[in-house]
Amino acid sequence: MKNSALRVEEYSSDLDVRVAPKDAALSMAHIYIAFSAFLVGAIAGLLQGLVRGGMIELPSWLGYYQILTAHGVLLALVFTTYFIFAFLFAGMSRTHGAFSDRLRKLSWTGFIVLTIGTLLAAVLIILNEASVLYTFYAPLTAHPLYYVGLTLFVVGSWISGAALLAHYFSWKKAHKGERTPLFGYMTVATIVLWIIACLGVAVTVLLQMIPWAFGLTDEINVLLSRTLFWYFGHPLVYFWLLPAYIAWYVSIPKIIGGKLFSDSLARMAFVLFLLFSIPVGFHHQLMEAGISHMWKFIQTLLTFVVIVPSLMTAFSIFGTFEQTGRAKGGTGIFYWLHKLPWKDVRFFAPFMGMIIFIPAGAGGIINASFQMNAVIHNTLWVVGHFHLTVGSTVLLTFFGISYWLIPHLTGRKFTPFLNRLGMVQTWLWAIGMFFMSGGMHLIGLLGAPRRTAYTTYQNHPDALVWFEGIFTNYITIAIGGVILFVAAVMMFYNFIYMTWLAPKGDTEFPISEPAEDASETPKVFENWKLWIGIAIVLILFAYTIPIYDMIVNAPPGSPTFDYLIK
Amino acid sequence: MHLHRYEKIWLTFGIGSLIIFLTVLGVSAFAMGHQPPSHMAKVDPQNVRSEAPFDEPGLRQIDETTYQANIIAMAFTYQPNKIEVPVGSTVRFHVTSSDVVHSFTIPNTNVNFMVTPGHINMAEHTFTEPGTYLVLCNEYCGTGHHHMQMTIEVVE
Repeated sequence: MKNSALRVEEYSSDLDVRVAPKDAALSMAHIYIAFSAFLVGAIAGLLQGLVRGGMIELPSWLGYYQILTAHGVLLALVFTTYFIFAFLFAGMSRTHGAFSDRLRKLSWTGFIVLTIGTLLAAVLIILNEASVLYTFYAPLTAHPLYYVGLTLFVVGSWISGAALLAHYFSWKKAHKGERTPLFGYMTVATIVLWIIACLGVAVTVLLQMIPWAFGLTDEINVLLSRTLFWYFGHPLVYFWLLPAYIAWYVSIPKIIGGKLFSDSLARMAFVLFLLFSIPVGFHHQLMEAGISHMWKFIQTLLTFVVIVPSLMTAFSIFGTFEQTGRAKGGTGIFYWLHKLPWKDVRFFAPFMGMIIFIPAGAGGIINASFQMNAVIHNTLWVVGHFHLTVGSTVLLTFFGISYWLIPHLTGRKFTPFLNRLGMVQTWLWAIGMFFMSGGMHLIGLLGAPRRTAYTTYQNHPDALVWFEGIFTNYITIAIGGVILFVAAVMMFYNFIYMTWLAPKGDTEFPISEPAEDASETPKVFENWKLWIGIAIVLILFAYTIPIYDMIVNAPPGSPTFDYLIK
Repeated sequence: MHLHRYEKIWLTFGIGSLIIFLTVLGVSAFAMGHQPPSHMAKVDPQNVRSEAPFDEPGLRQIDETTYQANIIAMAFTYQPNKIEVPVGSTVRFHVTSSDVVHSFTIPNTNVNFMVTPGHINMAEHTFTEPGTYLVLCNEYCGTGHHHMQMTIEVVE
C-alpha cells in the first residue's frame, strides 16, 4: 500500500515486447493531431462557458455558434477519432506483431485522407461557412465543401479501419486454431461497429446533403436525413467508449498487477455492444413528428438492452480489482481496496472515469426513457450528460492511456514527476466537471436550452432563474469550465512533456495476461459472420419499416438555408 | 462459459431493474396515453401558409376550456408571437416550421417537442396558474437562435 507511486519505477517487467518503431511513428502522427485539436477545442469550450455566463462578449469576427461547432467537432470527432486510431494501431502492433509494409502504407493512406478531411472541415469552420454544429442538421446548410471534408474524414477512418482488420485476420490465418488476443478481438468489434454505423452518415451526406448543397437537387428529406444521422450518432458514442473499455479490460488489470476476471465475458460484452448499439437511434428523436410511437418504443427497448454489457463490464472490472486486491493480501469486505495503486495515475485517471460513469449511465437511462425525455430533451441536462460520458469517462481513460502510450512510443520514461502532474490533472478535471456538469444537469431541469448563446429572453423570470441559483447558475458552470480549461492546458503540457521533454528510457505498454478461463472461451465468439449477420438483422428490423414510411410518405422537401448561419 | 454466482445475482438485479423501468414506461405510454409527441400529419414546408390550419395562425376555441393554437415556427420567431388564454384552459399546440428545424418548449412544463419542416407536431397542456409563460426554441436554428421566443399570457 504505502509508496505505491514507487511502482512507477519498478514497473518495467514486459519491456521487450513493444510497438514496432515504424508503427510507433504512425501512432504518434495521430497523437500530434489529437492533442492539437484538443487544445483548440478546449479554448473554444472555455470561451463558450464565459459567453453563456454573460461574463465576456466575443469579438465581432467570432461567432458563438462558430466556436460551438469548433468545440464539438474538434473534441468529439477529431480528438477522439485520432486518439482511438493511435491507441488501436499501437495496441495491434504490440499484441499482433508489427504491421506489414503493405498494411502500414494503407494505414498512412487512411491517416492522410482523414487529415485532409479534417483540415477542409476546419478551414470552413474558421471561415464561418460551416456553423451548423457537429450534428449538422439539414436544412441548415454549410458550404458544400464542408460535407466533402466530413466524407473524407469517414473514408479515411474506413481505410485505417480496414488496415486494422486486415492485420487481425492475417494474424488469425498465421495462428490457426489459437485464441486471438483480447486486444485484437475488441479492436475488430470496435471497427466493425464504426463501419456499420458510418453507413448511415455516409448515405445522408453522399446521397442527400452533397447533391443538395451543390445545387444538384432542390430539396432534402429532413426527417430521413435526421434519422440517418442518428443511426450513426448513437453508435458513435460507443465508438468512443469501446476503446476506453479495451483499456479497462486489457491494460488496467496489468497496471494494478493482476489478471482480467473473465475472458469470455469480456468478449461477450463487446459482441452485445456490436449488436445493440446501432438499432437504437430513435431515442435521440423521441420528441419529433413523423415517427410512430410504436417504432420509438421498440428502439427504446433495444436501447435498454445495450445497458447490459455495461453492467457486465462494471462487474468484470470491479471483479478484477477485488481479485487482485485479495491476491495482494487484502481481506474483509472492503480492505482489498487498499491494495489498489491509488497514487498511480495510470490506474487512478481511468478509475475516476469509471466512478463518473455510474451517474453518467443513470442519466443516460433517464434520457432514453421514452416520454420522460420531454423533461430534458435539448436542455443543458443533455450537455451535462455527455460531458460525464465522453467528456469524463472516455477522456479520463484516454488521458490514463496517454501516460504510458506516449512515452512508450517516444522511447521516454514515465517519471514520478509526470505521475504527480497527472494526479493533479485528474483531480482538477473531476472537480471542474463536478461544477460544470452538475450545474448543467440542474439548470437543464429548469428548462435552460442547449446550443444557445447568452440570452435572458428579454429578462423573462423563467430565464433569469438560470443566473440566480448557487449551483443552478450559468456562472457556476463557467467556473467549472475555467477549472476544466486549466486541467486541459495541464494535459497538453503533459503531452508535450511525454513527447519531447521526459528523460529517455522505456515505458511498458501494459497488456494483461489472459484470464484464467481464457482457454474455455467458446469458439462462437470468433464467428464474426454470425455477429455481423445478427447486427444487420436487428438493424433491418428496427429501421426498415419506419425508413420506408419516411421515403414513401415524405412531405415535400426543404431547400437550402445557408444564410441563417452567417 | 462460466458465470460467477455473484455475476448472476448482479445481472439478475440489473436486468430486472431495466425490465421494471421499461414496464413503467410502457404502461404509462400505452395504457395511460402518455406518449412522446409523434404526430404524423404533414405539410408542404415551402407553402405552410397556403393551407389550413396555418393559413390563419393563432388561437381557436374548441369548447369552453379547450383551445387549439396553430403556430408557425420560423427563424427567429413564432407566429403568432403572443397568445392569451384564461386560467384553467387546455391548449393543444399544433406547430410546424416554415424553414429549418426548431423546437417549441415551455420551460417548467412537459411541453417540449421538435418542430421539423414538413411535419406538424403537437402537445397539450393545461394552464392551472396565471402568469406569463415563456416559449423558447431549444434547437439551434441559426445566428439568431437565442432570440427566438414567444409568450403565453394566462389570465384570471
